[in-house]
Amino acid sequence: MPMSGEFKEKILAPLMSISTGKDLKFVGKSILRKEGIDKVTGRARYVDDVKTPGALYGKTLRSSIACGRIKKISFAPNIPWDQFTIVDARDVPYNRVLQIESDQPVLCDGVVLHREEPILLIAHEDPGLVETAIRSITVEYEREPGIFNIGEGRILKQYDIEEGDWKKEFAAAEVVFEGEYKTGAQEHVYIETNGFIACWEDECLTVHGSMQCPYYVHKALKYAFKLQDDQINVVQMTTGGGFGGKEDFPSVLAIHAALLAKKSGRTVRLIYDRAEDMASSTKRHPSISKVRTACTKDGILRAIDFSFHIDGGAYITLSPVVLSRGIVHAFGPYKWPAAKLHAQCFFTNSPPYGAFRGFGAPQSLFAIEAHMTALANHLGMDPAELRRRNFIHRGDTMPTGQVVDEDPNMEALLDRALELSDYKTKRARWKRGGGKGISLSTFMHGTGFTGSGEVYLASRVGIATTKDGGAEVRVSSTEIGQGTETVFPQIAAEALGIDISKVSFRRPETKVVPNSGPTVASRTCSVVGKLVERAAGKLKQRLAGADIRQHYAQHGEAYEEVEYVPRPGLVWDDDKYKGSAYGAYSWCVNVAEVTVDPVTAMPRVDTLTATVDVGTIINPVLAHGQMEGGIAQGIGWATCENVVLKEGLMENHHLTNYVIPTSADAARIVVEFMPSPYSEGAFGSKGVGELPMDGPGPAIVSALNDAMEAKFTHLPLLPEEMLK
Amino acid sequence: MKTNVAELQVCSPRSIDEALQQRRDIPGLTPIAGGTEVLVWLNDAKFAGKTYQSLHGLAKDWRYVRANKDGTLGIGALATYSDVRFHPVVKERYPLLVESARVTGALQIQNRGTPVGNIANGSPAADTVPSLLVYDAKLKLKSLRGERLVDLKDFFTGYRRNVMTSDELITEIVLPPPLFMPAQQHYRKVGTREAQAISKVVFAGARSAAGVRLAWGSLAPTTIRALKTEAALQNGADANAAWEILQREIAPIDDIRSTAEYRRKVARNILFEFLNKLANTL
Repeated sequence: MPMSGEFKEKILAPLMSISTGKDLKFVGKSILRKEGIDKVTGRARYVDDVKTPGALYGKTLRSSIACGRIKKISFAPNIPWDQFTIVDARDVPYNRVLQIESDQPVLCDGVVLHREEPILLIAHEDPGLVETAIRSITVEYEREPGIFNIGEGRILKQYDIEEGDWKKEFAAAEVVFEGEYKTGAQEHVYIETNGFIACWEDECLTVHGSMQCPYYVHKALKYAFKLQDDQINVVQMTTGGGFGGKEDFPSVLAIHAALLAKKSGRTVRLIYDRAEDMASSTKRHPSISKVRTACTKDGILRAIDFSFHIDGGAYITLSPVVLSRGIVHAFGPYKWPAAKLHAQCFFTNSPPYGAFRGFGAPQSLFAIEAHMTALANHLGMDPAELRRRNFIHRGDTMPTGQVVDEDPNMEALLDRALELSDYKTKRARWKRGGGKGISLSTFMHGTGFTGSGEVYLASRVGIATTKDGGAEVRVSSTEIGQGTETVFPQIAAEALGIDISKVSFRRPETKVVPNSGPTVASRTCSVVGKLVERAAGKLKQRLAGADIRQHYAQHGEAYEEVEYVPRPGLVWDDDKYKGSAYGAYSWCVNVAEVTVDPVTAMPRVDTLTATVDVGTIINPVLAHGQMEGGIAQGIGWATCENVVLKEGLMENHHLTNYVIPTSADAARIVVEFMPSPYSEGAFGSKGVGELPMDGPGPAIVSALNDAMEAKFTHLPLLPEEMLK
Repeated sequence: MKTNVAELQVCSPRSIDEALQQRRDIPGLTPIAGGTEVLVWLNDAKFAGKTYQSLHGLAKDWRYVRANKDGTLGIGALATYSDVRFHPVVKERYPLLVESARVTGALQIQNRGTPVGNIANGSPAADTVPSLLVYDAKLKLKSLRGERLVDLKDFFTGYRRNVMTSDELITEIVLPPPLFMPAQQHYRKVGTREAQAISKVVFAGARSAAGVRLAWGSLAPTTIRALKTEAALQNGADANAAWEILQREIAPIDDIRSTAEYRRKVARNILFEFLNKLANTL
């Protein structure tokens, strides 16, 4: 597509000139998104854009109760049911969705454990008739009382971590301070809803869909249909955002589409509208944290007793890992001589909660950060000063037992954030309760899977030469808006020493690309990127300086594949839940400035300042995009994104009444990167995807407390609660 | 879309007469101007009827904003929010209308939706209706039987109910010449966010020698004029006394967007804010 000179000059040129890599050609440069033009011109094909002549349109019949048994299903006589394909639990070869465990049925088999639980699938050529038909099916239930509160139901998972003699520290402490902190659910609102198209040919299944993790879908299909690996091909279409919402949930949808396709012998489209997507898909886990800390009168922390409880919903899905990531971030970037960390996830009769940017850490970090500010107020100390006195340093031990072997540099990040935001002046000038407030949060986020997760994943990355003298990166890591399709070619081009325009990114499909693991956990750029760097290095070695075009003409495609190698010295004990939780951490300081309208108590986040160490920046514009998007999502979680739950169901499952920030609501966002490179990350990079979600919540709620002279300890914090 | 659109019927009249004949002859016909509200219903298969009348073909007759020689302003049934918002005479004389059209939905909605449709739809949260109430708007209702003029303040009879008969269409909003100085007019939309929001509370108010006007949305089953509070203020009531009376004129509820208590407090604060503004412009 031709670009106007003005666009090139005024928009692109300044972006391209932002650079961090000094001796590098492509890493550190704001290379234009490879798939960007296709997206903005409408040429990119999302799953709903795929033309499938003669296909059937699928629809899901869902439960209208939260807990009970199905007594009877009746089909109204006004519909030509004989023209429909109808699938129920009996049609599923193995009626279980494989995630971490496999407790969740693909379709209800008599028992209902949450609202909107799938019961039946129907399909027909006429999408309009499908809508009428789905409303012509009546289900009679025998209701049973459900459980909707954290702590009332069975325990889904529990972790306990202890370090040092915390009992003694509390007994001897000069100051003991405690508080309870709550966070609400959150809906992802990816711009594209979930959808899959499935078809079978000669006992082989192909699904096209919107997803983060093609191999998770592959694994779940294989399990439910009892197939062999090579009988399934999972193809990722252009995907309109995920934020974790397309990590576990698409597996369910893919099985559903494949069931309808199998029974009908036709291609089946199963694409959700927004209301169905919001009502039935996963959300961020709601949490309740109890935090008790012991410190000296001068604010030197001595011990923490953190109790972290989350709502898992009706099935296990990814909750054990969310709980784990939550608890191993709960202590924040501080030094604690002793700690007691206790985490529990409970079953309820809510639709299962799932992955959402941050994966439990935003919840626990909200608690510790809101607590730190409350503690500072209790001690009569500046919240920035209390934090400064307690930051963790190289050589210190975290409550998980991990010895910090990098320089967190929290003091430098803090100083710069305070300077950029003019924190001291504003804090002195703005009277408590005067309608304006400024506060902060300081935090970290681990890069990649927790503990031994990366070792179990054993991710693989491939790279191949191409006919035109370039290279193609083959990974199952997906482009979901964050920039994978651009960043990986940057890394590969740099390592191969060829031009970026010569490196392409193979669209992930499981028949073609190796399993580089899921696109989650802030791992793609840093962890998988490192494998791209290694694979490209290996290919370069093999080519030994040969011209790629000639090499291809002579020998055909040259392909190299590498596998994840555990970092030496990184040890994690799954039983004791101790050791090095992450190979590296990203570090960050947020300062939030807010104004509250005295007439309406509507909060406004005026400025959100973030100083950030995510290691080497591969692509500055994309990294800024991750920070700004995550911060906006954090602002929404803190101030307006209120999931109204009724019997565990999101009652406001429409964009008209689930309110996310518009550009008019998002703050002025100031981001400054202060990189300290990580040797095991691609060209020194660390995780950036989740970190920005962690800090805005506590900084904003604390700033609002200052503005309103209040002591709120939860989010979202709505005007309805603040208006006196 | 949850609605089976194949089950819907749409009439597309080419003339005013044809439109009015259809209104008379086809029961349960829902007229559509911009269709921005109906689309939301259809998407969710809620409230929606099965038979629609698209007035799109009548744009040449009804899409206008017209300043008349007698000083009145006519807004045709198919004039969009954008038509109204950017009209020079509206900008000069009816600032509350400009402001309320500006905060209605997004630009896409403003380019398609119409103030007349906003009235006919009857949402108590309608953003432009309070402004029109302040300006003493009248509605022209037309049927094959003839035409009548109804005061907007008498138009609504209950939640999404009005005085229109099934054979009538609203053809025009008529605004009398403006009575108010710009400095003595006030508009406040309290949405769920800064833009593209549905109102939790919406207010338009003004004062002139002819009297005080207070109009509210989202505080009762319909948008309302607070006539008793207006009268009390006219008779010299202070802010607290006015609030005592206003409290009995409103009936806010708890719903998915907000609470009755919040709406009540905000109504009080906005009333005080407005009266303060008036006091400061004396």
